[in-house]
Parts: sequence; structure tokens; C-alpha cells
Amino acid sequence: MASALVYDRLQFAVTITFHYLFPQLTMGLALLILYLKSRALWTGNRHFNDAARFWIKLFALSFAFGVVTGIPMEFQFGTNWAKFSRYAGGVIGQTLAMEGLFAFFLESSFLGILLFGEKRFGPRVHWFAALMLFVGSWLSGYLIIATNAWMQHPVAYAVGADGTLHLTDFWGLLLNPWLVWQYAHNMTAAVATGSFVMAAVGAFYLLSGTHPAYARTFLRTGVVAAALASVVLIFPTGHGAGRMVFEHQPSTGAAFEGHFHSERGAGIVILGQPNMETMTIDNPLVIPWALSFLIYERFGAEVKGLDTFPRDRWPDNIPLLYYAYHIMVGLGTIFVAIMLTAALLLWLGYLYRARWLLWIILLSAPFPYIATTAGWMTAELGRQPWLVYGLLRTSEGASPLVSSGNALFTLLGFLGLYLLLGLLFIFLAFDIVMHGPAVAGTRKAGAARKPGY
Amino acid sequence: MEGSLSTYWFVIVTLMLAVYVVLDGFDFGTGIIYLFAARSDVERRTVLRAIGPVWNGNEVWLIAGGGLLFFAFPKVYAAGFSGFYLALIIVLWLLMFRGLSIELRSHVDHPLWRPFWDASFAVASLLLAIVFGAALGNLLRGVPLNAEGYFFTALWTTFTPGPEPGILDWYTILMGVLGAVILTGHGANYLAMKTGGDLYQRACRIAQVTGWLMAALSVVAILATALVQPALRRNYDAHPVGYAVPLLGVLALAGMLYFRRRERNVAAFLASSAFIVGMLGGAAWGLFPNLLLATKDPAWSLTVYNAATPGGLEIGLVWFAVGISLVITYTVYVYRSFWGKVDLSSLEEGK
Repeated sequence: MASALVYDRLQFAVTITFHYLFPQLTMGLALLILYLKSRALWTGNRHFNDAARFWIKLFALSFAFGVVTGIPMEFQFGTNWAKFSRYAGGVIGQTLAMEGLFAFFLESSFLGILLFGEKRFGPRVHWFAALMLFVGSWLSGYLIIATNAWMQHPVAYAVGADGTLHLTDFWGLLLNPWLVWQYAHNMTAAVATGSFVMAAVGAFYLLSGTHPAYARTFLRTGVVAAALASVVLIFPTGHGAGRMVFEHQPSTGAAFEGHFHSERGAGIVILGQPNMETMTIDNPLVIPWALSFLIYERFGAEVKGLDTFPRDRWPDNIPLLYYAYHIMVGLGTIFVAIMLTAALLLWLGYLYRARWLLWIILLSAPFPYIATTAGWMTAELGRQPWLVYGLLRTSEGASPLVSSGNALFTLLGFLGLYLLLGLLFIFLAFDIVMHGPAVAGTRKAGAARKPGY
Repeated sequence: MEGSLSTYWFVIVTLMLAVYVVLDGFDFGTGIIYLFAARSDVERRTVLRAIGPVWNGNEVWLIAGGGLLFFAFPKVYAAGFSGFYLALIIVLWLLMFRGLSIELRSHVDHPLWRPFWDASFAVASLLLAIVFGAALGNLLRGVPLNAEGYFFTALWTTFTPGPEPGILDWYTILMGVLGAVILTGHGANYLAMKTGGDLYQRACRIAQVTGWLMAALSVVAILATALVQPALRRNYDAHPVGYAVPLLGVLALAGMLYFRRRERNVAAFLASSAFIVGMLGGAAWGLFPNLLLATKDPAWSLTVYNAATPGGLEIGLVWFAVGISLVITYTVYVYRSFWGKVDLSSLEEGK
């Protein structure tokens, strides 16, 4: 008999994982669309405006799916995590309400103008709408990460007479040191997703010999942005976010690395399977001293292992956490290799003819999604067994009167519904890509695929 | 002192949700009448174009209002959302279908694709209007809160209000029907303002008929409310000035019928909005200071005095003042930008 807690956790994990597939693309594309619109406005070259219009279609599709799958997130704090909401609502309710007030209204207001207003309001207002979409979506990201960062590293709160928390310092909450690194890392990942997808669509058109002018623009823009993002993901943002973990959640950091026993000059595990029975890594591939150096910048520094911490403070699924972390880091490293190679060939003027590399770029499109999902699993599994780190355990946060039968009913409903939504999105995105960008001045291509009603 | 701060937040949250009902309410209403008021593909696209640039922003009032409730009254958010668990998750699913129907319908030109999303839009809108009406009924009737401040209600039990009611009983179903009728008329008034031709004629007729229906049903609902939850009369007895709020609603309804007959479309829509605000304001006047009325023991009710967050409310007021000013600016800007009747020929443009 599984308890309601298992279903509550699974439901939140499923719904947030699925939801975040969409905003990571829209936040990344928002920046790239702003770039294309800016070039169109500055140079007066219609090519860039038509390129932007194509991406606005995919942006709008992903945005719509992000909106409808996003509402359940706020609601579920109350429906499934009532004790947590009661305990921490005075703090995180502030950032969630601010997200609605400052970000969602901005996005929804200007999306209408971005979709329907180009002819009506002219190029400057249309560019401004693209700017506001960028600001709104990145602000939304900031406030939601502020919420998560507070759960990872609670600051700026006080305990009231009734035992619940409330906010004492507005700027303390919004400038949480954890938040700064987590935001930088997460937004870079969103740019990686957006630019990998843009590069992959460009590679697809080049390989299939369609829309050659747009293909080059997409590929060039995507590759340059993806190369920059891939590097920044590792250093400084990934490094900075990792140091926050080792500083404030040392048992989590040890679990990331599969570092069971404290030692001086600790090595970093590249590959291997954690064995929870023997507290070792099976089939290890290790770079000696590297972990000590990365954390403390001294090869001989001591890194605390899991054995330093009481078992009831260990993350509750260490192998999954270990794999999530290693998949994130491993893919991130591969991204750097692919995109630096592509950027080099672009500089040498050889990229558009390098079919082998175009194939790799095309096939790599899903992997930023996987890496980002693994990254969020790292953050969320890493925070366990806490819901609010050090203050409230996950087992103490669920709704007391929602039975396991009710929770399973809605979990199954979400699974079925999201399977349908996922298929729909893939079908519609494929449809948009197959129709391609509308060629300026003609009405044929893409005429029926405009983002309208 | 803390009591007066939390009273401000009671007013703010109530207003946010009232604006939500007025704005997204017309989206639901257009959805309810969509299948029979808009018959050709061009008419249906006209309806979707009339709400297309605004529906998402309208929905944000619910999300922002919910967020404000979450932060100002965490105990109410926790109790209410977990207590109405199934109903709320079903609302989420319906909101998804509603949003996707609007956005995806015109993506594919196929004789099966569009009718599917048309039906999904209409059914989801109707069910949402009923559920939101029933939700208000639940708030007015009260919920079986326990001493710890939690409750759980099944979707239905015996269909009678009592100490252990279900989400649906005869009273909340009545409120659900009333909600659907009011929003149907509200949506018809919106369409009358935004469209022309046959569609306009049908919208006018629907608004006229539902206007009389909502007048009759409102009387029944007010009498039923007085019967089911006598505690709501307490504020009215103590401060009879409060009768002005629902009275304003009644006047607005009369005004709506008057303007409707004269085909003054904008005035009729605004009167319909004022009617909704008056009815919700009247309910809030009766509920205050309660946010969730307990059916088992009145002492377990969650109020502005015992359910507000113990601090930080004044911090919220500062950013709320800034935020709401921006929101009003955008909202006015967007409605002004897309003001006037939907131009059918613009549907045939490249954009």
C-alpha cells in the first residue's frame, strides 16, 4: 500500500517536469527572437523579420502549452502540499504572486501584440513587444527560481507565534545568494535549449535542401548562441551553483559525486554505479584529486563524504540523484565539444557543407531538454529529505486529508492528459517546421500556419 | 493593527477575483454560446479573434489572485485547495482544454480537427462556469473545517447542505446553474460589443433572454442563501449600508436589460460587469471577516484575524501597489489596442 505522499511527490514531479519542457524553449527563444527582430529593425533587412516570424510561431505554440501546464503548478502547492503552503506561504506566496503580477500580465499582454499586431502597430511596436516578451519570460523565471532558491536555502524569514513563517526582508529574498547562481545557470540552460533547437532546424533545412537562406541564418545564430551557452553553463554558472551546494548542502554535494567516505585529495567520479550496500562505486572511472581542487582550489583539501552526516539527513534516493547529476554534467561536456567544433567550422566557412556535423546538430536537439530535466532532478532530489532545507521535511508537507486513492486518481489523470498533450505538441511543432518560414512577398508557404484563429 | 492590514488584503484578494470573474467570465460565456451563436467557420474564427488577444491575460487574474491569497492567507489557501481537491484538479484539466481549444483550433484545416476543438471549447467553458458558481456556493454555505484548520469534501454526498456536505448539493448546484446563466449573458454581451451581422443578432437575443433568466434565478439564489447560511445576514443587520452593494448589482442588471433593448452594446456589457461585481461584493460583505466558514463549529472558521500570515503583509502592499499599477496600464493598453468590432477581413491578412 503506497501512501498518499508517494503519489503527491510523483504527481508534482511529473507535472513540473512536463511543464518545464515548454518554458525552457520559450525563454531561450525569447532572447533569440529579440536578436532577430533587432537585426531586422536596425538593418531594415526583411530576411531577419521573416526569420523572426517563423520562430514566433514556434514560440507561441510552446508558450500556449507552457501556460496551460503552468497553472497546475501554483494550484498544487495548495491541493497536494497544504501543510507546506500553510507553513511557508507567507514567504513563497510573495514570489509566486509577484510572478503573476509582474511577469504573467506583461507576457500575456504583449503576446497578443506580437502575434496580431505587426501590421496594425508597425515595426517599432512589434520589436517592443518582442522585448517585453523577453523581459516578462525572464522575470517569470527569476521569481520562480527565487521561490525554489528559498526552499533550497531559506533566508529573510522569521517564525511567527503560530509556528508559520513570514517574510522579513524583501531584498533578502530577491537577492538570495543561492538564487543568483541558480538563475544564471538555469537561464543559460534555457538559451542552450532554444539555440540547439534553432540550430537543429537550420541543419534540418540544409540537409534536406529546403529554405537555404533561412537555414544558414538559423544555423549560424543557433551555433554561436549554443557555443557560448554551453561554455557558460559549465563555467562560471555550473561551477558557482555547485559551490553553493557544497557550502550549504554538503551531504547533497557528497551524494552528487557518489562520495561516500571523507578523504583528502578526493578524486572525481566520471563513470560508475553507486552501490548502497557496500557504500562504494562499482566500476569506477576516477580523476584523482580533482574534486578537492574544484571545491577548494587545493588538491589536498579534505572533502566530507556521506559518512560524515547522519543517515536521516541523506537525500532519500542517492543513486537516482547521482545519475541525474552525472547525466547533466556529462551532456553539458558533450554540448561544449559539439558546439565549439561547429563554431570553429563556421568560422572556417566549412560548416554549411559539413553534413556529418549537421546530422549531429540535428540529432542533438532533444539533449538539452534531457540535460535540463536532469539538472532540475539534481536540484530537487538533492534537497531531499527536506522540502524547505533544514526547516521542513518533505514527509511533513503534504495535505493531511487527501487520501492516496484521490491522489492516485489525479496522478493517473495527469499522466493520460500529458501523454495526449505531448503528442499534440510534437505533431504541431513538426507541422510548423515542415511548412517552414513564409517567403516574403508570397502567400503560399505557411499561409495557413500563421499563429491566428 | 494586524487586523486592519489583513482586512486590506481581504479586499484586495476579493477585488482580484471579482475582476477575474468579470474578465474570464466573458470568455466562458462566449464559449458556452459558441456552438449555436457562431455557426460558420468565419463566425467561429471571429469569436475566437474577439477573445484571442485577451483570454490569457484574463486568466492571469486568477493566477495572480490565487498567489495573493496564498501569501496573505496561507491557512486559507492550504485548507481550501486541499479540501476541494478533486474539484480543483478537474478545474485545472478543464482550463487546459479551454486554453488549448482556443489556441490550437485554427492550426490545422481539417474537417475533424476544428469541430473537435470547437466542442471541447464549449463543453470546458460550460463546465468551468458551473464549477465556479458552485465554488462560490461552497464558500457561502461553509465547509466542514476541523479544529486543525483542514477539511476534505467529496464531490457529492447526499446532495443536501449540512455539517458534512459534498461539493455538490442542491444549493451549490443552484449556484452553479446561476453562474452559468450569468456568464452566458455576460459573454453574449461581450460578443454583441465585438461582432456584427448574424452573429451580433444572435448574441443580442441570447443576452436579452438570459438577462430575464438571471434576474429570476438571482432572487431564488438569494432566498436559498439566506436559508442555507443564516450567518451571512449578520453583517447586513449590523451595517445595513452594506445593502447598497447588492442593490447596485440589481440596478446594474436593470440597466443591462435597458441598454440591451436600445442596442447600446458597450453600456450593456459594462452594466453586466457591474452586476457581477455587485453580486460578488454582496457575497463578500456577508462573509467578512470569514474566508472559510466552518459548518461543524463556527469557532473553527478561518477569518482575516486568525488566518493571515503573521508578518510581511506591509511588504506585500508596497510591491502590490507598483504591480497593480503596471497591470492596469497593460490591461487598458491591450483592450484599447484591440478595441471595436472584430474586422473579418483582417482574418484574411497574412497576420
